[in-house]
Amino acid sequence: MLIDLIISAIKAIFVVLLVLNLSAVLLWFERKGSALIQDRIGANRAGLFGIGRRLGLPNLGIINTFIADPLKIFTKEDFVPDRADKFLYTLAPFLALFPVLISFAPIPFGDRLIVGSHQIELVVCPLTAGILYILAALGLGVYGAALGGWASNNRWALLGSVRASAQLISYELTMGLSIIAVVMVYGTLDLQEICRAQSGTWFGWLPKWGIVYQPLGFLLLLVAGIAESRRIPFDLPEGESELVAGYFTEYSGGKQAAFMLADFAEIVLVSALISTLFFGGWQVPYLQSDGFHLPGGTWLPLSNPVVALLGFVAFGIKVVFFCWLQILIRWTLPRFRYDQLMTLGWKGLLPLGLVNLMVTAVAIVAVGGSV
Amino acid sequence: MPLGIFAFFATLAVISALGVILQRSPVHSLLALIVTLLCVAALMIGLDALAVGLLQAIVYVGAIVVLFLFVIWLLNLERDPEESGRLGIKLLAAVGAAALVGELTAFLTRTHMSQQTVNSDYGSMAQLAGLIFGNYLIAFEVTSLLLLVAVVGVVAVARRWPSPRLANRPPTLSAKPQT
Amino acid sequence: MTTWFPVALMTAFAALVVGLMVTINAIVGPRSRDPVKGEAFECGNPPSGSAWRRFSVHFYLTAILFLVFDVEVVFLYPWAVTIRQLGATGLVEAGIFIVLMLAGLIYALRRGMLDWS
Repeated sequence: MLIDLIISAIKAIFVVLLVLNLSAVLLWFERKGSALIQDRIGANRAGLFGIGRRLGLPNLGIINTFIADPLKIFTKEDFVPDRADKFLYTLAPFLALFPVLISFAPIPFGDRLIVGSHQIELVVCPLTAGILYILAALGLGVYGAALGGWASNNRWALLGSVRASAQLISYELTMGLSIIAVVMVYGTLDLQEICRAQSGTWFGWLPKWGIVYQPLGFLLLLVAGIAESRRIPFDLPEGESELVAGYFTEYSGGKQAAFMLADFAEIVLVSALISTLFFGGWQVPYLQSDGFHLPGGTWLPLSNPVVALLGFVAFGIKVVFFCWLQILIRWTLPRFRYDQLMTLGWKGLLPLGLVNLMVTAVAIVAVGGSV
Repeated sequence: MPLGIFAFFATLAVISALGVILQRSPVHSLLALIVTLLCVAALMIGLDALAVGLLQAIVYVGAIVVLFLFVIWLLNLERDPEESGRLGIKLLAAVGAAALVGELTAFLTRTHMSQQTVNSDYGSMAQLAGLIFGNYLIAFEVTSLLLLVAVVGVVAVARRWPSPRLANRPPTLSAKPQT
Repeated sequence: MTTWFPVALMTAFAALVVGLMVTINAIVGPRSRDPVKGEAFECGNPPSGSAWRRFSVHFYLTAILFLVFDVEVVFLYPWAVTIRQLGATGLVEAGIFIVLMLAGLIYALRRGMLDWS
């Protein structure tokens, strides 16, 4: 009993730290990757007493992003504008980052791991209504952006907040509809069960991933997800050429870092959701619980820890791939105009989501539940 | 649900509910309301009504309170006005509150609190679906009609405004790109 | 209740980390107040009064429409989970619901509720 509690405690803390660290890595990738795309050098100042330079290594900005900048950020003055609502001003960044972190609880990052007599499910908390839990937590996330600008009592910031909340709620509907279509296919709200249902293959070679059932649903969730994480081309709440920095214009130091990390953590969350719902989560193609079953009929037996590790790595690769895709989109597309954003959300994606839902439902009922 | 957990969330719900009516700033009241709603959702989950608790959190915290926030923004209620309503409204509110207290008292004194065991699938999505699409089908369909009426109502109210822009809106708050 | 223990723990840990993140500057940072520094940032111009004032009714209409459709979407979750058990009957029942929802959406769009330009 006690050992189970300790194991679940380790999993919970591990996932929070993993998400925070991955967000920081994405921040580094954003800086160096954008520099690469735009033919700039990017972060390259801080070094370790010139050791790297003497050895002739290129400066990758790693010390910049992971040591120097955090040190600087977290020792800044705690600045609060005079006319701001002091309490809400501090609470808003908390409300931006905290819900994203806890929404990872029902997302599985691997299959069962068997250690001795213990069966460890590689998920923080296997909730039977995991999808609803994530949506509830995301609903709370609106308040971070909404209150940040309001509490600052700054014109630009408030306009950013208003834009952000209208945008977030508009795309939440599409997100919900595309997720409902997936739920129909698998008949459960438990993400671990959805992952398990995606094992095996069709015709001996095509992995049974959700994307095959729901190609349109995948696109809808990807677009809505990018809009939810307020990234270019949906970055109107924080468009620097229009609103200075949007709802966190007046923020600095750790509070600003929390807003920034919340953006990146949401990218990770969207990627994790897409991987889980449409790309098999921790499923490795042809890998089953006893080893690889290749299309030719060959069987490569593997032990349980190796399979669990492979699953974890596969999930990681999928998540990082979709994070990378979102950053790539960010540096490829220009920003929408606000009326275009709203038109796309309400007149484009929302009806498409409803149609996708109806087609899926009719197909499932017509086939009679054998899918 | 263990008594300690119930006591924790119930106390928090009551304290934050008091916060809703005692705060000066409407946005602070709103935050207190969020805490209350989340506590109630937690209590529902503790009573094994998992789906209902989470759906409550999604609808109330994720949508209804957001609408309240937009109302506060729209009406610019950043400060509590000194004179909060006329005497008639206050009297009406007092009567309403008294009626509510009376109703709750009558309900609580007449109900027998009994320990009942429930099925293992109690509160699950499947059971909820069985109720919505079975016993309460008509209510469910009427709900959609009601929501349709709500949309029509929104459109009707919106048409009262002569133009989508309010006259005293500063030019910087325009949704259109600056030309 | 043990199912929710990891969630409670994760919540507590995340709250601790994020709480530390947003308050650490108040503890370790330097302090210097200045009336000009405390002004709202409006690109260098002197601030033109409080930002707390009325704004476009459009955003409010979006929020109210969102509320209506969010309630409708929520009703679809129970159906989605049990779609196979409910079969054709459930499809018709939910179909009526969705058609009414779609009618509301089309009506709102036709009336220009979501025309921003």
